Amino acid sequence: MGWGFAGPFVAVFGLVFLAPIGYALYLSLFQDRLIGGTSFVGLDNYGKALTDPRFWEGLTRVGLFLLVQVPVMLGIALFAALAIDSGRLYGKTFFRVAIFLPYAVPAVVASLIWGFMYGTQFGLVGNINDAFGVTLPNPLSPSLVLASIGNIVTWEFVGYNMLIFYSALKVVPRSLYEAAAIDGAGEWRVVTAIKLPAIRSALVIATIFSIIGSFQLFNEPSILQKLAPNAITSDFTPNVYTYSLSFSGQQHNYAATVAIVMGVLTAIIAYAVQLRGMRKG
Amino acid sequence: MSTHTTRRLLAALAVVSTLALTATACGSDASDAGAGGSGPKDVAAALEKGGKVTVWAWEPTLKKVVEDFEKKYPKVDVELVNAGTGDKQYTALQNAIAAGSGAPDVAQVEYYALGQFAIGKSVEDLSSYGAQKYGTTFTNGPWNAVTDDQAIHALPMDSGPMAFFYNKKVFDKHGIEVPTTWDGYVEAARALHKADPKIFITNDTGDAGATTSLIWQAGGRPYKADGTDITIDFNDQGVSRYTATWQKLLDEKLLAPTTSWSDAWYKGLADGSIATLSIGAWMPANLTSGVASASGDWRVAPLPQWTKGDKTSAENGGSSLAVPKAAKNKELAYAFTEFATTGAGASSRVAAGAFPATRADLESKAFLDTDFPYFGGQKANRIFAQSARDVGADWSYLPYQVYANSIFNDTVGKAYVSPTKLSEGLKAWQEASVTYGNEQGFTVNK
Amino acid sequence: MTTSLPTAAPGSTEPVGRTAAASSRAASGTTTSKRRERRLPHTPLHPRPSLPLTLVAGLVLVYTLLPLAWLVINATKDQNGLLDSFGLWFADDTHFWDNIGRTLTYDDGVFVRWLLNTLLYVAAGAGGATVLAVLGGYALATYDFPGRKAVFAVVLGAVAVPGTALAVPTFLMFSNMGLTNTPWAVIIPSLISPFGLYLMWVFAAEAVPTELLEAARIDGSGELRTFFTIALPLLMPGTVTVLLFSMVATWNNYFLPLIMIKDPDWYPLTLGLNAWNAQAQTAGGQAVFDLIITGSLLTIVPIVAVFLLLQRYWQSGLAAGSVKE
Repeated sequence: MGWGFAGPFVAVFGLVFLAPIGYALYLSLFQDRLIGGTSFVGLDNYGKALTDPRFWEGLTRVGLFLLVQVPVMLGIALFAALAIDSGRLYGKTFFRVAIFLPYAVPAVVASLIWGFMYGTQFGLVGNINDAFGVTLPNPLSPSLVLASIGNIVTWEFVGYNMLIFYSALKVVPRSLYEAAAIDGAGEWRVVTAIKLPAIRSALVIATIFSIIGSFQLFNEPSILQKLAPNAITSDFTPNVYTYSLSFSGQQHNYAATVAIVMGVLTAIIAYAVQLRGMRKG
Repeated sequence: MSTHTTRRLLAALAVVSTLALTATACGSDASDAGAGGSGPKDVAAALEKGGKVTVWAWEPTLKKVVEDFEKKYPKVDVELVNAGTGDKQYTALQNAIAAGSGAPDVAQVEYYALGQFAIGKSVEDLSSYGAQKYGTTFTNGPWNAVTDDQAIHALPMDSGPMAFFYNKKVFDKHGIEVPTTWDGYVEAARALHKADPKIFITNDTGDAGATTSLIWQAGGRPYKADGTDITIDFNDQGVSRYTATWQKLLDEKLLAPTTSWSDAWYKGLADGSIATLSIGAWMPANLTSGVASASGDWRVAPLPQWTKGDKTSAENGGSSLAVPKAAKNKELAYAFTEFATTGAGASSRVAAGAFPATRADLESKAFLDTDFPYFGGQKANRIFAQSARDVGADWSYLPYQVYANSIFNDTVGKAYVSPTKLSEGLKAWQEASVTYGNEQGFTVNK
Repeated sequence: MTTSLPTAAPGSTEPVGRTAAASSRAASGTTTSKRRERRLPHTPLHPRPSLPLTLVAGLVLVYTLLPLAWLVINATKDQNGLLDSFGLWFADDTHFWDNIGRTLTYDDGVFVRWLLNTLLYVAAGAGGATVLAVLGGYALATYDFPGRKAVFAVVLGAVAVPGTALAVPTFLMFSNMGLTNTPWAVIIPSLISPFGLYLMWVFAAEAVPTELLEAARIDGSGELRTFFTIALPLLMPGTVTVLLFSMVATWNNYFLPLIMIKDPDWYPLTLGLNAWNAQAQTAGGQAVFDLIITGSLLTIVPIVAVFLLLQRYWQSGLAAGSVKE
């Protein structure tokens, strides 16, 4: 019976995820050159990927990104979810919609918006510089661009994660709060003793998917690349790297290899977090 | 006259004119016709039979061409698809070729990208359709870009001889002379920026196309390709002329850090803070529509020269129409390509603002005498036409220039955001391009 | 149905694991107790709104809304106004309605076509994705079947492989199946929301107590009937969340259509807006930033409407599910 319910998902999943991955695995064993055509190379591509400095540089970058951005984003999202759920906000419906909204902005538009916000010439940064006679550092310079990307990702996904936490809080049985109130527990105590433990699975899942999202960082750097072509290189993140390998360089085989290596690394970390997160408590 | 009769008459006319074309083709190049098993006659027959042609192109003036073509050949149905601009479309094209289905019959390909399709043998050699008769129809630059010793890989659709666009209002306001040499350009850049720190002589965040074009003008020939034997050398005199000048602009921060084609770029062109552009002759259409508010402020001049008194130019951009090997209806595809790039199609595109690659259009009185109200009534086409004649000879791109350009900012870009020198950046670009070429089976610098 | 609920005293005061939470929830949910609670003024369950908290949360609001303010303000400007005026304030004259009109009619009204395409993709893709995720998540949470644990591992592992590199293999596959350049190429991949599956799994584990299902089975209810009459109402908040996420994801789907769809007649809005953006980067092309911005605003409006429409199900779902409002 379980398969009856899970079957449709698994079938489509097989078609759109597993089959292309299988194909990618197959591709990763070959090399296709503009001159000379396709030849079988065994595991050579894997050897190349593991020693490719461009790959490792990108991986280190997303690792750093992950350590800083994910906690900040989830922290803000959790705070917003708890605040809205507490019922102590004026206009909580407005809060809910407004915080969620950035997630609904298409990528093309996000690039226009942030192009304006970050612009040192005509943008908000430029305007602030002019108005106050200061010189803010350029958010799109190589040293700051990762933080600027982190800011955009946070902006886009705070509302998304907030909703996950909020809807998880919604299924926490209200009787628990009643009982806590009878016991004289304060609001803070209710949060730490009841709400957080009750939504722990949602927290773990959000963390895992944020980790995967960080490792696959692609949209935001590729959007900003037009505005900061020199700060965001074609190997800025592993996923940007596979994209440019595959689409500009026609190196589909090597791109598939990098993607698989990346997938294995990501999966290992995601499993570790999953095991640890579910075991705790 | 009923539409029915009109159509029949038009069809008859079409047949007659095609026959005439065929006759001339046979007359001049009879020996080559049919070399690939498919001669001009097949084209005429295919037009009469009719069918469907899918065209992938982003060039806006083709819309009118399609209408005219369908009117002339009512049995042919042309579907014009914008499958993406530039490298997006090339990716789609490569994917469709790899998949073995879904490739268009005609594809727009920029000159710099054509080598990739030619070397991969994924486009038809158009000489087997009689295209060699156009040897003198097109100007030299574009024609050299679509042909090599063996084959005609595409027909030139437009060209981009470079010119110097400057905001006269800004130069006048600050009493600064419009430069005619690159040394003068650097002087003007300093003077403008000093007069108003908001003003930059131009914007530049590292653009492979612009850089290679200026190197081209400076006499640099970093790429040499002979089949799969390639030499890449960013050490010649032309290159060092370019880097010496541009390094000054970078060191003194005289270039606006605005990326071309962004909305901030359009803003800078509108408010005068980007004072000049050295760019292809196709730019007027973009200025007129995108920066309408600055109408009357801008003027056109020949490119500044590397040596005083010289008259050298280069090409910047421009594209061709190619027929992929995977096309379903190659004869019709060639017929459309021919129509759109020569004769009536080319003229209608020029009328709509495209910059011609055909000598006849380039030299026509109407073209040369066109007033540009946007440029204060200037007859700008005269400058562009002269530039087309002055384009430096023997330039070639890499057969994998699309990839090389995609890593330009990884390497040369460092010179724009760090103390790395431009010459070091170009060296790194050269090395990365050499590595890639050898990996792909070319023989590069060996 | 509610009559078959086991009734018991509220659970322990500090439940920590999932089991404690689940059992205590099963214990409390009757509609009568809910109605009674609603009348209580300012208890810990119905606290008084707090100004300081609102102000602090308001900072988050400024953060999310400021960039959007730019979008709204600039949708009132024409191309000249965009170039000449300050970004975060209005231009001298407003072109808002004019912009909307031009966006809808530009290029023979192609925007409307893209809008309809997007609606099709969202209805089929996001609707389907939600159904598959709810069914799958429910199965994983409530049934013990062979291969259950593997499903989690395989899905997580597959999701970890970057999609950008799978695009080309997927394209080649779909091309062989003759699906490229058809709506199916967008809809079929949209049917899978791995995140939705997990969310539903987590929600189902929390929200659907096994006791309830067993009670229903004892009452002789079939598996499907149990699912529709008992589980589905309890899963409503999660379902709505997953539906909302899938809708936004499908609405903003860009990368896959970019590769799969070459015919502008089948473009979704995102590809259309991108094509307009690319026009400004084309020799001889027309820069239409004004239409892009207005078009983007129009693109967001339906999402907001759906959000407002769906959010009441967070409440009504809960009424059936025994929790608070």
